[in-house]
Formats: sequence, structure tokens, C-alpha cells
Amino acid sequence: MLKQTEGSHAVAEAIALCRPQVICAYPITPQTHIVEALGEMVKTNELAQCEFINVESEFAALSVAIGASAAGVRAYTATSSQGLLFMAEAVYNAAGLGLPIVMTIGNRAIGAPINIWNDHSDSMSMRDAGWIQLYAETNQEALDLHIQAFRLAEALSCPVMVCMDGFILTHAYERVDVPTQQQVDAFLPAYEPRQILDPADPVSIGAMVGPEAFTEVRYLSHHKQLRALGLIPELATAFQKQFGRDSGGLIRTYRSEDAETIVVALGSVNGTVQEVVDEMRADGSRIGSVSICSFRPFPLGVLRDALQHAKRVVVLEKCLAVGLGGIVSDGVRKALSGIVLNGYTVIAGLGGRAITRASLRRLFEDAERDELEQVTFLDLNADAVSHELERESKARRTGPTAEAILRRIGTVASRIG
Amino acid sequence: MHEQEQQIKFYQTGTFTVGNRLLADDQRSVQADVHRTNSLNSGHRACQGCGEALGARYAIDAAMEATGNQLIAVNATGCLEVFSTPYPETSWQIPWIHSLFGNAAAVASGVAAAQRALGRSDVRVIAQGGDGGTTDIGFGCLSGMFERNDDVLYICYDNEAYMNTGVQRSSATPPAARTATTPAMGHSPGNVFGTGKYVPRIAMAHGIPYVATASVSNLRDLERKVRFAMGIHGARYIHIFVPCPLGWGSAPEDTIKIARLAVETGLFPLFEAQHGAVTASTPIRHKIPVTEYLKLQKRYAHLFGKEPDIDRIARIQMMADRNIAEFGLLQ
Repeated sequence: MLKQTEGSHAVAEAIALCRPQVICAYPITPQTHIVEALGEMVKTNELAQCEFINVESEFAALSVAIGASAAGVRAYTATSSQGLLFMAEAVYNAAGLGLPIVMTIGNRAIGAPINIWNDHSDSMSMRDAGWIQLYAETNQEALDLHIQAFRLAEALSCPVMVCMDGFILTHAYERVDVPTQQQVDAFLPAYEPRQILDPADPVSIGAMVGPEAFTEVRYLSHHKQLRALGLIPELATAFQKQFGRDSGGLIRTYRSEDAETIVVALGSVNGTVQEVVDEMRADGSRIGSVSICSFRPFPLGVLRDALQHAKRVVVLEKCLAVGLGGIVSDGVRKALSGIVLNGYTVIAGLGGRAITRASLRRLFEDAERDELEQVTFLDLNADAVSHELERESKARRTGPTAEAILRRIGTVASRIG
Repeated sequence: MHEQEQQIKFYQTGTFTVGNRLLADDQRSVQADVHRTNSLNSGHRACQGCGEALGARYAIDAAMEATGNQLIAVNATGCLEVFSTPYPETSWQIPWIHSLFGNAAAVASGVAAAQRALGRSDVRVIAQGGDGGTTDIGFGCLSGMFERNDDVLYICYDNEAYMNTGVQRSSATPPAARTATTPAMGHSPGNVFGTGKYVPRIAMAHGIPYVATASVSNLRDLERKVRFAMGIHGARYIHIFVPCPLGWGSAPEDTIKIARLAVETGLFPLFEAQHGAVTASTPIRHKIPVTEYLKLQKRYAHLFGKEPDIDRIARIQMMADRNIAEFGLLQ
């Protein structure tokens, strides 16, 4: 059914259609609306046979989900930013135990300085925790990916994070097509756990493993993700057949077949990138883009196929590997191993800084002339930075850096361009 | 089989123990029953005289009996988890899961929620951990489980320090006790006075249906409390005193003796509480001075040097006396 609704609500409806049995909720902006909507559905019995638990922290949220999943039911939670960090130990644990929990990440920056707006620092910090990570471009895709996520998670006994940009997607009202319960039931079979806490057949889950087997256990986690490289496109095809929409898959290319310059990005910014590609194509540029949907497993093979003919690749990242540059770039460079081309990392959109068409066009034109640095910070206020560096070189007790920067810039926190 | 029930007065034996053969079947301890489940089976790696291994076996066997073997256990990281399980030699005869150090109560909440979702009201859930996993790192999740009144019995096996990592202080370590992080050195040797927390009281403050303390020295009392706890629903808490020969510097064969002395001195009061109010306590028959308890443990050796540390011993005696008054232990 077509409806105009908020991204968070669309995701909540998708989750409900997947018939979760335990949902753990802890508030953190910007994922809160998702669990609020689910709480309402459980309270009104629109979502039946489901336990909705208000927990005392994100660490507890995922821990409750771990217990529920190990006891054989479909478990779901959502978080963002500091919440994901606070549950970090449980994030690794859920993957290590092979529990097919699905968790939404409403992507948000990590402090300090505290910042509630969007970037990918939170989910990127957990990229090696053993979870599959899927990034949604649109609200429709966020909805669709959750339905695929449960099937993927349960097929592999591996937890899945569906990452959607905070505010940009979670709080945006857009038209989405919400499938019927019959459609979802036909796509998503009932959960059959590989391991279950059952008094009729007792097992010990989560016991200690020494050096004699730890490598093999870890290898099998890796192997699971390699299998996901095959399964994710299969599920996207099956989804297309069932629901009549293209959603998910490993990557999506846009006008990149004959492109000399290819932009690689994750999530909602791909919409803006594609608009700029269209503008520049109209002006004669040979530019295209690739959207990475599956960041874990990282699709080395298909990415190589999509990028290898280019003269240059610009990786647009909403996260920063401090002291190195890009996180996504690392994977892209690995995909292009042995291929000589110019690779650029662009850090953009940190803490909600808007990524505008104008900025991207300037950036891509610089790239086409190969006038970009290895690592570029899009729309960095160089004046504010150099002023602060100079101030710090002259005095010892300079106070909180963030405050000094804002004093220099003035109260323009709403500046978006 | 006893045709008629015999009235046995426990004081006649000089202790709270009495031979099972003198009792009717329904009064016999679960541990004395050849059909006990041995939920924590023999062959594990606990030290000689381990109070925690004993406490866990008593408690889980009693819970199994009370639930018709429909039990799932969640274990915090710690000695109990480590000595009982390295794959593939698990000692657990029941469905058992270990997730992390600080989340046993939350994982148990999840297991309990799953049983509700599955409509399995017969399957019951226990979470268990040591004092570190309960009173320190797991405290947030424990309090959350309590306040939601989740259908979980949480059992804390209290050996008063982090034993698994080599005897470091926890918030359950008593004053004056020597640990690796409260060495018996300086002007105030051992753990300082005036710190720590008493989790049974904090559990009661949540108003949960049932809170009890128990000791491995009082088997029937411990089993009765576990059975009672499994007979009701909601959040329940049992705090079991379990001596640790390795960490306390006591003889393995003295584990039960030390546990009994902790009760008889008043240092570890045995009581029960329902919905936040104390409902019963186990009286002390002959009050024993705390020195009898302290002297058996090397962690207190610095109190008994060439010149006994009269001041600190007196302060520990005051703690015992306060418990005796507070819980009405001398009747």
C-alpha cells in the first residue's frame, strides 16, 4: 500500500510485518521514533505475540535481544551513535554466538563534541564486529532491507545491522510502498534456530574456547560473510520477484559503465550524488557513481568490476578514520589492488554538515582535473581551523576547542551549506 | 519409607543439620536424593573446597526439582562460568548460556521474554553470577531486571572479591579483608571501612516479590529458599554466601565451617523479604565472636599479628552486632 509516512514509521511497519517476538527499546535520537511506533503497535495488539521491553540501557537492549534470540525467538532492537558504542561488547558477543538479531542503526555522529546529527561514525566503529551491515539509500529501501535482513540473518545465523541516515531518512516524510502481511509471510519463513536453549535438549552456549579452536571459529564467522556475498544478491532477486521492486543487493551502479570518474558512497547521499552526475553528464562529463549497500561483507569482486575501467575513483565518506583518512576508501583500494588509477578520499557530512549539490559539483570537477588532495574535507572552514591552531600555538590554557571554533564562526549552527 | 512422620528437633543434633534417614521423604534435602539432577555435574575445574561450586549445585538442583526440570540458566563471566565449561567438557546438564560479564540479568530477561512469547509458562529462568558480576559490573542490568519485575531468579554467589582474575576487591569485599588490590600494608591494611554495598537491601528497595540470603552451610534453608523462589513469579534475588579457599586463604576442608561461622557470628545474616519488607530471619543459637571466623582466613592475618589489631577487630564485631540487632537474630 502506498502511503506518505516518516522513515522511522515505515521501518517500524516493516519490522512489525516480520513478526518479531521480542523488541527491546531504549531511547536515543534519531532512532527513537522506530521503537516508539513499535511500542504502540504492541500495546494495541496490532503486533501480537510480541514482548516489548523498555530496558535501562543500550547494553541491556542488545543483551535482552541476545537472550531472546538464544531462546529461539525473532529479536529486534534499534540504536544510534553513543548507544551503539555503549552496547559494543554485546555487539561482538551477538555475532560471536551466531544469533540472527536484526538491529536498525539511525546513523549519527559520535562525540565528543556531542552531536545528534547524521554521519556514519557509529556503524563504522562496529564494522568488524561480525555483523552484516546494509546501508539504505531511501526510506523505501530502508523498509525493504529490514524484510531482507531477517531472512538473511536467519539463513546465516548472523546478526544484521540495517543502517539508515539519521534525520535525513529517519525523520523524512516520503512516499513508501508498504507490503502486505501475506507478501512478507511468503518471503520470510518462520525462524528455525540452529541452536536453542531448550530444557528438552540442553546445550551450553557461549563457553570458553582456547587457542586450539578459536581461529577456526573466527574463520567460520568470516566464511559466513563470504557466503553472504552470494546470498545478498539472491535475496534481492527473490525480493524483486515477490515485491516488484529493486532493493538491496551488494552495490548499485549509476551511469558508471563508461565513466572516467566514479564516485563511491554509502546511504542517502547517493541521491544527491546521482543528481550531480546527471547535471555533469548533461554538460559532457563522463562521470558516474556506485552506491555500496553491503559494507559488511565488503563486495570486493563486484566493486572491482564496477570501478576498474575508470581513470579515477572518488570515495565520499561520512566518517573519518582519524590519523588515516577514509574507512570506505581502504576497502575500495583493496578492491582495486593492482589497478593503476587515481583514488581520492573525501570526508563529507560529518555531524550533519549538509552535502550540497554545489559543493559536490565543485569537488567532482576538481577530481576530473586531478586537482584533489589524497584526503579532502568537503567544505572545511580553513579559516576557523587555522585561527584555532594559531591560538593554540600561542597559549597553553586555551579551553575547549569546540567552543573556541564556535566563537570564531558565530552562532550559525543552522548553517547547512 | 517412613510410615509416620517423626518430629525431629534439630537442636538435639547440636547443629542445624540432621541425618536424612531421620526425616520423612518430603523433608529430605534435594542433595540427599539419589535422583537429584546433578545439574552442575562432577568433573569440573573448581578448586578444592570451592564454595561457589557447592552453592551452584545446591541451588540449581533445587530449582530443577521445583520446576520439573524445566529450567534455563544464564551465567555471568566469572569463576563459575570458567571452571564449569571450557568446551567440549561442559558440566552443565541444563540449557545454559554465557554471554558477558555484566549482562547476565538482561540476557535472562530476554530468555524469559522469549518464553512468554512462545507461551511456555512452564519453562523458568535463572541468572547467576559472582559478586563482581552482580554488585559491580552487572549492577545496571540487575537493577533493570528488578524494576521491570521480569520473571527471573537471580542468584549471586558471593565470595567477596574477584576470584577469577586473582582476588581483587569488589564492592562486596568486607572491611579489613586483604585482596590483590587492597593489600595488607600501610596504615589501614586491607580493604577500608565504610565502603561497599549490600545488594540484598538494594534488591528489596526495588519492591520485588522475593529477596533472600542463604549460605552453603545451611543446605536445607538454601534449598527451601530456592524452591520458594521458583514457586512464585516476577523478579527474585537470592544472595548466597560461598567461601573461597584460594582467595580467603582458608583450608579447603573449612569451607562449610567458615560459612557457618559467618552466619553464627552475625556477619552474614540469613533472612527473607517479600515486596520490600523482611518476613523472616534465621536465629543464631549461640553468638560466636567474630575472631573465631576471622582467624581461619589468611586475608585477615594482619589483624592477628604480634599485637592484635584490637580496634579493627572491634569494628568488625560492631558490624556483626548491628546485623544481629537489625535482623533480630538473637531470640
